[in-house]
Amino acid sequence: MTMQIADSAPLSAPDARARARAAAARNNLRTEPKAVRIAIITLAVLFLSVFVVLPLVLVFAQAFSKGILAYFAALAEPEALAAIKLTLVVAAISVSLNLVFGLVAAWAIAKFEFTGKTFLITLIDLPFSVSPVISGLVFVLLFGAQGYFGGWLRDHDIQILFAVPGIALATTFVTFPFVARALIPLMQEQGTQEEEAAISLGASGLQTFFRVTLPNIKWGVLYGVLLCNARAMGEFGAVSVVSGHIRGETNTMPLLVEILYNEYQFVAAFAIASLLAMLALLTLIAKTILERHLDEGYDVNDH
Amino acid sequence: MTIEVKNLVKKFGSFAALDGVDLKVNDGELLALLGPSGSGKTTLLRIIAGLDWPDSGEVAFNGEDALAQGARERHVGFVFQHYALFRHMSVFENVAFGLRVQPRAIRKDEATIRRRVKELLDLVQLDWLADRYPSQLSGGQRQRIALARALAIEPRILLLDEPFGALDAKVRKELRKWLRSLHHEIHVTSIFVTHDQEEALEVANRVVVMDKGRIEQIGSPDDVYETPATAFVHGFIGESIELPVHVVDGAVRFGERALNLAADGLAPGASKLFVRRHDMLVGPPGSGAFEGAVQHVRNFGPVQRAEVALSGGETIEIDAPRDRELRAGDTIGLRPRRYRIFAG
Amino acid sequence: MGAIAARRRTLPGFGLTMGLTLTWLSVIILIPLAGLLLKSTELSLDQFWAIVSSRRTLNALRVSFGLAFAAACVNLVMGSIVVWALVRYRFPGRRIFDAIVDVPFALPTAVAGVALTSLFAEKGWLGAPLAALGIKVAFTPVGIFVAMIFIGIPFVVRTVQPVLQDIDAEIEEAAGSLGASRWQTIIRVILPSLAPALLTGLALAFARAVGEYGSVIFIAGNLPNVSEIAPLLIVIRLSEFRYADATAIAVVMLVVSFVIIFAVNRLQRWAQDRVPVR
Repeated sequence: MTMQIADSAPLSAPDARARARAAAARNNLRTEPKAVRIAIITLAVLFLSVFVVLPLVLVFAQAFSKGILAYFAALAEPEALAAIKLTLVVAAISVSLNLVFGLVAAWAIAKFEFTGKTFLITLIDLPFSVSPVISGLVFVLLFGAQGYFGGWLRDHDIQILFAVPGIALATTFVTFPFVARALIPLMQEQGTQEEEAAISLGASGLQTFFRVTLPNIKWGVLYGVLLCNARAMGEFGAVSVVSGHIRGETNTMPLLVEILYNEYQFVAAFAIASLLAMLALLTLIAKTILERHLDEGYDVNDH
Repeated sequence: MTIEVKNLVKKFGSFAALDGVDLKVNDGELLALLGPSGSGKTTLLRIIAGLDWPDSGEVAFNGEDALAQGARERHVGFVFQHYALFRHMSVFENVAFGLRVQPRAIRKDEATIRRRVKELLDLVQLDWLADRYPSQLSGGQRQRIALARALAIEPRILLLDEPFGALDAKVRKELRKWLRSLHHEIHVTSIFVTHDQEEALEVANRVVVMDKGRIEQIGSPDDVYETPATAFVHGFIGESIELPVHVVDGAVRFGERALNLAADGLAPGASKLFVRRHDMLVGPPGSGAFEGAVQHVRNFGPVQRAEVALSGGETIEIDAPRDRELRAGDTIGLRPRRYRIFAG
Repeated sequence: MGAIAARRRTLPGFGLTMGLTLTWLSVIILIPLAGLLLKSTELSLDQFWAIVSSRRTLNALRVSFGLAFAAACVNLVMGSIVVWALVRYRFPGRRIFDAIVDVPFALPTAVAGVALTSLFAEKGWLGAPLAALGIKVAFTPVGIFVAMIFIGIPFVVRTVQPVLQDIDAEIEEAAGSLGASRWQTIIRVILPSLAPALLTGLALAFARAVGEYGSVIFIAGNLPNVSEIAPLLIVIRLSEFRYADATAIAVVMLVVSFVIIFAVNRLQRWAQDRVPVR
C-alpha cells in the first residue's frame, strides 16, 4: 500500500501541478491570454527596436564603416578637436550656473511655504516647453545687431552673439530647469524636520545646508547635473541660431555633425555623432544607477 | 529655567491653532501638554522652541523675552515626533552634531566631544549603537538617540513632541518609565506633548489639557482626573458617561425624570451630567436616580461592563464590581456615587 | 515686537534664496522671453496677420502642428502598448528596453536627425525595403512624422508608467470578482485611472514635437510649403534678417506652448484630485 502511494506520487505530481497552474492562470484576474501577451510584447519590442535601437546601431556602424583608423583620424581633425573643446567649455559654464541656481531655487521653494509657488515652478519649467529655435531667437533679439542691446554692445566692443557667451547663454536657457526640477520634489519629500533639528541644535544656516541638507540630496544633485550636462552638450537648435557657425571657433559638436553631414563627410559626421551617442548611453546608465540611490533616499524616512 | 507664555495667538489662515494661551512652567518641572489632534499643543511646543512664530503674545524664559531669539540661540532641546535623526550620519555623529556646530570660540576639542557623546550614549543606555545609522535602529532606539542628541547641547529646556507616538504599546510603556527616571536624574525643565491621557497622567508632574487652541485645565494628574474643570476635560480624560440633563428650579431633570441629585449653584438650563463608569452604583430597581434594563454584559477581570438602556432613552456603559452578577434582561436602579454637572 | 516675530521663518535664507531665484529667473528666462513679446508689439496687427497668414507661414505651421499631433497620437497608442508590456509582463531584455525608452531624451537631436535620415534614406537599412514597396520616407513629410514619433516616445511611457505601477491589484481583482471580463476591467477600471496620465503624455509629446528642430530638419527635405517646419522657417527668416517675420512665427508657437502647459497643469491637478488620500 505504502509502496503504491510512494510510486504514484511522483507520477501524478507534475500533472497536478500543471492543473493547479492552469487553474491559477484562469483565476488570475490581472493578466491577459498568452497570445495577447505575446502580441503586445512583440509590438513593443518591434517599435522600440525600429525607432530607437536601429538609429543608435546605425550611428556606430557608419562611424566605423571605413575602419577604426578613419574613425580616429576624423576625431583628430583640428575642427573636431575645437568643437569638442567648445562643447566641454559651454557645458561646464551652463551646468555650474544651473547647479548653483538649482540649489538656491530648490531651497527657497522646497523648504518654505509661500503663495505663488506653483506659478514659480511653472516659470522655471518654461524652457522645457519652448522650441529650441525660439530659445536661440530670444537672444538674437536681445544681443543681435538689430537687437535691444546690439548697439550698446557694438559701441563697447563686446561680442555675445556668434561667440562663446551667446552659446553659453542659450545653453543655460535650455538647460535651466534640470537641476531645480530634480531637487524640488526630493527636498519637499524630505521635509524640513532634519533642518529644524539642526537649527535647534545651534547650527547656522550654512552649517545646516552643508552638513544636513546637501548630504541628503547628493544623489539628486548628481542626477540633475547629469541630465543638465547631457542636454547642454547635445543642444542643437538654440545653439545653431546663436552660434554663427564660424568653423573652428563657434561650432559645438552637434553643429559640426550637421556641417560634416551636409558636406557628405559621413564617417566624420558619424564619428562625432558616435561620441555624443556614447555620452547619451553613459548618461542613461548613470541615470539608472542614480535612480536606484534616489529611491533609497525617498524610502529611508524615519517614519 | 521657568517658562512664561502670555496670551499667545497663532492662526493658520482662518483656523486658530492657539487662541490666547497663558501658561507658566516652573523650574525643573515635567509638564504634559495633553489634547486631541488639532488642539494646538504641538504648535505651542514649536513656538516655545522657536520653530514657529506666534501672531501675537509673549514667551519668556526666566523673565527674558524668548521671541527676540531664533531657535538657534534659545538652547532648547527639541525631540521631534519622527525623531528627525540625520539619516546620513552615524548615531555618534548625530549626537555630536550640536557640539560640532558650535562657534569656533567655544567649541570643545575632539576628545571632550567624544567623551561627552559617550556619556550621553551611556545615559540613554545605547553606547553599543554608536556606529550604526538611524535606518538600522528600532523605533525605541531612535527615540532615545534623538533625546541624547537634544541633551548634548545642555539645553535649558527640553521639549518633546509626541515622544512615544510612533512606538508600539510595549515599548511605549517602558520608555515612559525611563523618561520619568531620566528627568529625575537630569532635572531639566521639560514639556512633552501627547494625545494619550494615560501617558500624560503617568509621566508628568503637571498636566495641561488643551482643546481648540485654548487651555481647558492645568493641574496635577490627580486634579485633572478627579476634579475636571470643564465638560471637555471630563469627557477627554478617563471613561465617562455623559448624559443630557436639565437644571430647573434647583433640581436636575433627565427627560421627564427628576434626579435625586444636588443642583446647588448650577445655572438653570440644558446641562451635561458626567459620571465615571465605575462611579455608577448598581442597586435594586427604584433605589437610585436612574432606572434601566441591562442589555449585555461582558467581564473584564475584576469588573463587569454592562450596557444599560435607561428608561429616559439613552444607553450607557457602566463598570460594576463582580460581587453581584448582572444578567441581560435585569432591571436595575443606578446611583452616581460621584458626578459633575456642567452647563451647556 | 510680536508683529516682527510673526514674520520670522524657522529656517534661514528664504529672503536671500528667493531673491536670487527671482533675479536669475528674470535674467535668463523672463527678460529674454519678454523681449520676444515686446518685439512682436512693434508690429501692427495687420502686419502681424500678414506674416502669419502668408502661404508659406501657414503651411509651415500646418506641417508642424498637424504632423506633431499625428505623431503624438501614434505615441499615445504605441506608448500605451510599450508601457503595458514593460509594467505588466516579464520578458527577456525588459530592463534594457525600459532604459532604452529614454534614449530620445538623452540622444542629442542632431545625432538622432542624421541617424534617422541615413536609416530611412533611399539606400538606408529601412529606406531601401520601404522604397521597394514604393514608400518614400526621407525628405518627405513622412520623414518629419517619423522623426517626431522618435522624439515623442518617452513622454507617454514615462508619464503613464508610475501611475500604472501604482494601480492597486485589488481594484482589478474586485472588478474581476464582480464578474467583469478582462476587457471590461481594462476599459472601465484601468483606462479611466490612466486617462489623466495618458492625456498629459499626449500633450507633452505634442508640445515637444511642435517645437522640435534638430532631429527633424535632416530628414525633412525642407521644401517650402510641403516639408518645411515652423522652427526652420524661423531660422530661415533670421538668416534673411527678417526679424519681424521670425518673431511673429515664434509668438504664435509660444502662445500654443503656453496653452499646452496650462492644459497639462490642469490635467495634473485633475489627476491629483482623483488620487485617494492614503
